[in-house]
Amino acid sequence: MTFIDRLLKNAPLATRREITPKLGFALTVLLALVWLIPFLWMGVATLRPASDGINLMAELMPSLRPTLDNVRDAWEIGDFPRYFINTTIICSGILLVQFVTITLAGFAFARLDFAGKTPIFYLFLMQLMLVPVLLIVPNLRIVAQFGLYDTLTGVMMPFFASAFGTFLMRQAFEAIPTELEDAALIDGASLLQRIRHIYVPLSLPSFSAFAIISVTSHWNDFLWPLMVINSPDKRPLTVGLSVFTATAEGTQAWGTIAAGTLMVIAPLLITFLIFQKRFISSFVTSGIK
Amino acid sequence: MSLAEPAALPVAASVPPRLHMLKRFSHRFKASLPAYLLLLPSLVFLALFTYGAMGRVIIDALYQRATPKAPLRFVGLDNISGVLADPAFTGAVVNSLVYAVGTAIPSIALALLFALALARTNAVTSALRAALFLPVLIPMVAASALFLFIFLPNVGLLDYYIGRVLPVLPNWLGDPDIALYAIMIITVWKNAGYYMLFFLAGLQSVPEDVMEAAHLDGAGPFMRLRYIILPELKPTFLFVIVIATLNAVTQVDHVFVMTKGGPSNATNLVLFYIYQQAVEHYDIGKASAATLLTLAALMSLTALSFRTMANREGGR
Repeated sequence: MTFIDRLLKNAPLATRREITPKLGFALTVLLALVWLIPFLWMGVATLRPASDGINLMAELMPSLRPTLDNVRDAWEIGDFPRYFINTTIICSGILLVQFVTITLAGFAFARLDFAGKTPIFYLFLMQLMLVPVLLIVPNLRIVAQFGLYDTLTGVMMPFFASAFGTFLMRQAFEAIPTELEDAALIDGASLLQRIRHIYVPLSLPSFSAFAIISVTSHWNDFLWPLMVINSPDKRPLTVGLSVFTATAEGTQAWGTIAAGTLMVIAPLLITFLIFQKRFISSFVTSGIK
Repeated sequence: MSLAEPAALPVAASVPPRLHMLKRFSHRFKASLPAYLLLLPSLVFLALFTYGAMGRVIIDALYQRATPKAPLRFVGLDNISGVLADPAFTGAVVNSLVYAVGTAIPSIALALLFALALARTNAVTSALRAALFLPVLIPMVAASALFLFIFLPNVGLLDYYIGRVLPVLPNWLGDPDIALYAIMIITVWKNAGYYMLFFLAGLQSVPEDVMEAAHLDGAGPFMRLRYIILPELKPTFLFVIVIATLNAVTQVDHVFVMTKGGPSNATNLVLFYIYQQAVEHYDIGKASAATLLTLAALMSLTALSFRTMANREGGR
């Protein structure tokens, strides 16, 4: 992982000096501003009073009489607290089970020798290629057979095992010196005790990197919960927002759509702005969301 | 912990060879048992939702029931040929290809530009990186909600500002010739910042002494980019191309929110077609056949690129 540490510092001196022609840098600055326009509009439109009318809706200059009416309306029309709770339950439920499964499996691959290790390892590897999003139709039928259609557990279940997480933990565990474990072994610690008291505490950075990737991707999931969930009160934020947008679009209430969108993306954006470096290095480690 | 096997097992000389092997096997299995128990929780879910699902797709594509209670009947390649003969599916394949190429190339090119410009870290570049990375974090559904307004005819953001310069504006999401390109803009906006990270990481492997030597030899920035940096970034390119392709096939949330595949199937992508067949037409056979074809295409593509990557690494 050494390159990630360096990533956030500097490219090598000579590279730095040569690859930043002024024109390219200027273009990048310009594009970064363009990239922010949708966010800017969202903020400005959220605070714009309805009396400004549809013709000023696209104006990026903020209104001089800002109002929270749109936020209040969005809050009342959509059941955002409920959606928020559902998404939180889904993300934390997935993450908790994943922590258990990836720790155990990661440890087995990192430290144990067993019959069939290589074929089983390939079995895990294949999951990365068998894109889960494409398996939604059979997975929906499997979830239904378990009687979990229209339940939050049904939304969570296909993600309980994570090949990516297993590989990440395997890597982290392999880096831990065996001497530490040998000492615990002499003290009579059982296998699970050694995992719990030596490997897990020493791998917290990897756990947090995995948590960031896992929560970000499931926070943003849409298609799968859309298919599993039927009851309005079990909708996660993304599905709730899409229904809300479709309803409000009919009434041309763009201010409330902006406010609703803001409510959906604010938690992750705020977390990102606080833990920027963590996020960026996790995303580089992952490669696969 | 090391569960190293004893070098030789105390097996009596009178034991017949078969039993001997069985004993060896059972010993090996016993020694492996802790590992199997640790792997079990993961394997259960993998077996169900990856391999079980894969098997299910194959069965659903090859067999069918006339009625829900009727026994399974082998229909062979009927579903697959049915899908291949469906103009909506072939249209979706073409759209997906256009979409994949048309989003991958600009977002990778932009990502490279961003990474080269922001390789140095200071307060300004980290703010710019954050700005470019923000879209990666928001749900596609939220991005779509924002772009719905951006593309809105007449009063939308694009028409409001560009309309002051250009007299005639297209109906971004309503025109079948343009709608696919309009939703491609969202994908480029959302993914370029993500790919930028990989190029930033890749730039770390450019050897400093080679750059220094080229500099002393009088190679200009363009020469150094062309002959040193780009060749060094080849593995990153391959990796990002694979991810961009996967993203193009698996991200369809914007199609759901913005166009529902329309107008006249112009924005229908393969995954949306699968969803339509399964959820709207209840045609599991067709949906499974389409899933199978897409998975086969994607898997051979990733396998091919990883093999190229492995060959390259080995050749060094």
